[in-house]
Amino acid sequence: MGHAYTPGLKVSAAAEYTRSRMLPIPGEVLVRDGEAVQPDTVVARALLPGNVVTSNLAKQLGVAAADVHALLLVKEGDEVTADQAIARSKGIFGIGKQTVRAPSTAILESISKVSGQAIFRQAPIPVDVKAYIAGKVTEVVPEFGVEVTDRGTMVQGIFGIGPEVCGPVMIGTDDPTRPLLPADIKAEHAGAVLLGGSIASIETIRKAIETGVAALVIGGIDAAELKELLGFDLGVAITGNETVGITLVVTEGFGELAMARKTHQLLTSSVGETASVSGATQIRAGVMRPEVLIPGDVAEIEQTAVDTGQLTVGSTVRIIRDPHFGSLAKVTELPPEPRMLDTESAVRILTVALPDGQQATLPRANVELVDESL
Amino acid sequence: MSETTGTATGEVRSILATDCGSTTTKAILIELTPEGYRLAVRGEAPTTVEAPFDDVTVGVINAVTEVQELVGRTIIGEDERIICPRQGDAGVDLYLSTSSAGGGLQMLVAGVVRTMTAESAERAALGAGAIVMDVLASNDKRQPHEQITRIRHLRPDMILLSGGIDGGTTSHVAELAELIGAADPKPRLGSSYQLPVVFAGNKDAREAVDDALQNKTALEVVDNLRPTLDEENLDPARDKIHDLFMEHVMAQAPGYDKLKSWTSAPVMPTPGAVGEIIQTIARQRGISVLGVDIGGATTDVFSVFKGTFNRTVSANLGMSYSVSNVLASTGLDNVLRWVPFDIDESELRNRIKNKMVRPTTIPTLLRDLQVEQAIAREALRLALIQHKDFATELKGVRKVRDISEAFDQSGSGATLVDMMSLDLLVGSGGVLSHAPRRVQAALMMIDAFEPKGVTTLAVDSIFMMPQLGVLATVHAPAATEVFERDCLILLGTVIAPAGKAKGGAPLATVQIDLPDGTQEFSIGAGDLQRIPLPEGQVRCRITPAKGVDVGAGPGTACERKIEGGEVGVLLDGRGRPINLPTSAAERVEAIEQWIQNLDLYPHD
Repeated sequence: MGHAYTPGLKVSAAAEYTRSRMLPIPGEVLVRDGEAVQPDTVVARALLPGNVVTSNLAKQLGVAAADVHALLLVKEGDEVTADQAIARSKGIFGIGKQTVRAPSTAILESISKVSGQAIFRQAPIPVDVKAYIAGKVTEVVPEFGVEVTDRGTMVQGIFGIGPEVCGPVMIGTDDPTRPLLPADIKAEHAGAVLLGGSIASIETIRKAIETGVAALVIGGIDAAELKELLGFDLGVAITGNETVGITLVVTEGFGELAMARKTHQLLTSSVGETASVSGATQIRAGVMRPEVLIPGDVAEIEQTAVDTGQLTVGSTVRIIRDPHFGSLAKVTELPPEPRMLDTESAVRILTVALPDGQQATLPRANVELVDESL
Repeated sequence: MSETTGTATGEVRSILATDCGSTTTKAILIELTPEGYRLAVRGEAPTTVEAPFDDVTVGVINAVTEVQELVGRTIIGEDERIICPRQGDAGVDLYLSTSSAGGGLQMLVAGVVRTMTAESAERAALGAGAIVMDVLASNDKRQPHEQITRIRHLRPDMILLSGGIDGGTTSHVAELAELIGAADPKPRLGSSYQLPVVFAGNKDAREAVDDALQNKTALEVVDNLRPTLDEENLDPARDKIHDLFMEHVMAQAPGYDKLKSWTSAPVMPTPGAVGEIIQTIARQRGISVLGVDIGGATTDVFSVFKGTFNRTVSANLGMSYSVSNVLASTGLDNVLRWVPFDIDESELRNRIKNKMVRPTTIPTLLRDLQVEQAIAREALRLALIQHKDFATELKGVRKVRDISEAFDQSGSGATLVDMMSLDLLVGSGGVLSHAPRRVQAALMMIDAFEPKGVTTLAVDSIFMMPQLGVLATVHAPAATEVFERDCLILLGTVIAPAGKAKGGAPLATVQIDLPDGTQEFSIGAGDLQRIPLPEGQVRCRITPAKGVDVGAGPGTACERKIEGGEVGVLLDGRGRPINLPTSAAERVEAIEQWIQNLDLYPHD
């Protein structure tokens, strides 16, 4: 076999990207097909049914559930205000009457004749969906939302945390092989998408949070320090809802790992431009990667090796497991038959030339395609 | 389970079965040979439920195309459909399928008392092959509004509502139904249909449940799954869940309507099918069985003890997507205790997180393999703890005690999982099925599960238990024959005395009728030995020391037949629980000795 399908992370200055912006429940779409939107444009809005508060009227009145309706001071469907009297028992000879008051301002939705439980529905909760990226509305899904499309720079990371943010690209360090240090974070980086190097320690990340940096893009992060930052050990790579005060995009992996040269160059050339950044990661079916998206004038979409997923002799790959983890290499051979590793596992392999000219034999599963020349 | 299903031509000669997993669709072809039903070939292809294909049958056809090419005859017709029933030499007599694509079946269950009806409901859902997202109960200490928020947030595929024994509480059941109604839950796979809710509770509460849910959900009512405190009746609920799985849930997944029209029997959820085959083997042989399937994201444990079947899913214990969660759950020290060398803690944490974000990578270095197998031991161990907690006798059962039991604190709800009475331990999943040496799989299972006494060990050769499980529901003989001959790889037997011998004496002596004559072995405390024994049964006599148990009671000798296999017989004197030396240097020395005794890894 001369080639095989191998996934990789997209890093391109000329990409077209579409982001789906949908409501969780039906609502109203606020923009039209073809309309230009900015990251903070609200494109759709819905009213989530209000929260429910319950109260067992039968127990509070000291009567059977079937008798509750006769003691109501309001009707099902009425709007009630917090603390309003809604039911009163008759007492004995008019003495010892029990009054039940509304637990919240809400609509009295129903009262069960079996359990005596009243269900109060509070006011609907508005939910807004923003465009997240600048671009044009390319599809409207009535009642649910839109798809927004644009062209420009697209950098996918391997792992991230934190919500969608937006800000100007700024440089923390111009050396992709050195760590980003606390001293690199300056007051003018507040609100920025800051480009780091090979790793950011927890001290650096905390300084960035204090300074108000919107997002950090870094080569690696230490697993133990991530645990300290989050306050728990992340067990499964499903992220995006963290509220640590910053969004992180890790481009290479865990540990100190030089950021890929092309990634660093692309982001460096976009200094001052507004980037949309998401830390959301889902490494399961329906995979999601963290990303940095920067609008740009793109006449022709770049077809990258990652788009085709075709691994061939001559492809550039990144080695994604020890030995040689993080190294770039060029594929020199793709033998079809499985070979035995040191572990005695028989797997399909490839041979690569490392930057120092050394040859290495690796499982095909341990490389990913990169759009970069050696 | 029905008996053999006939076909238009009578005899079933050729059976095709597929399993549509989240990432891969696996196809097997079983054919009737002069020696009975045998696996002919297998094929696989990527599953195609997502864009750009959005049709599960594309992956099925691709996997079956590989089967067709390997077997050298036509199975797929010109209309791109599987030819079934067979037409001359073309096609197959039966086509069956299981599926876990699209995340499998995700359920919410509810009951009145957490340890009684809610637990029975959980057992029914798990037995049907579901992933249980949460268990709601009237006494789960959450406020009603918190329960409603939870129901709305989860978006399950289906809800199983139980509660109350027949003639018992109706108001609590009605309250639960009202909470579900107030939450107005929406199904996960689209809002174009109503969420299926199965009610399997107090028959006197049916009207109240109907009032609360009829207009808001697709309500189905079946017999109470806990009609009395002393009795569970899970089958009606399980059967209804299976029906609704196909009718409502999978019908929303792309291409399933087409797949449903191809198969000779309903498509089953994958874990439900594995449960079928485990139950079949336990019933047919009259033995207790423990099965485990350790995957990338989850670990399923199945057991049959005292004729009772149980299944648990440890949703975030796995070897790739969930590998980091194994470390988070068990702690670093528990992983490191199985590793025969020093390793920097920070480096290990980064290595495990890198596996989490790049889950398809495989170990190249021996040390890497050893670390992965150490993590597997902990994933399996934790999954068994969860299973033991769940696979219990019914809780809430009133027991009549005599005076001798008056001070016995073990009330109802004791675990059914008894590792001393376990007959067969079956392992499945990549890290066990594809371990470079079979003895590695055997030792991972022994270290994690700590079987006591005499236990047969086996692994699933290529993970075809799901297909054989669905086959067992329509053609039990074929499923059993293929399971025993082609699926189950016998590793051998482990003999593990439980207890301590006095004064450093051996724990037990074992006489085995080996092919070249009877030999006697002594099991000393801390020993781990391997005796080659090819597949087949031989007689074995075990004489334990005073106070030590090998299955017949403390100090009681026993004679029984044991199985040989690819590994042979393992004599395990390490104690239960396994005693690992506390000093790091002594622990590494002990593990290295065991590695050498068992020929566990290639030598440096």
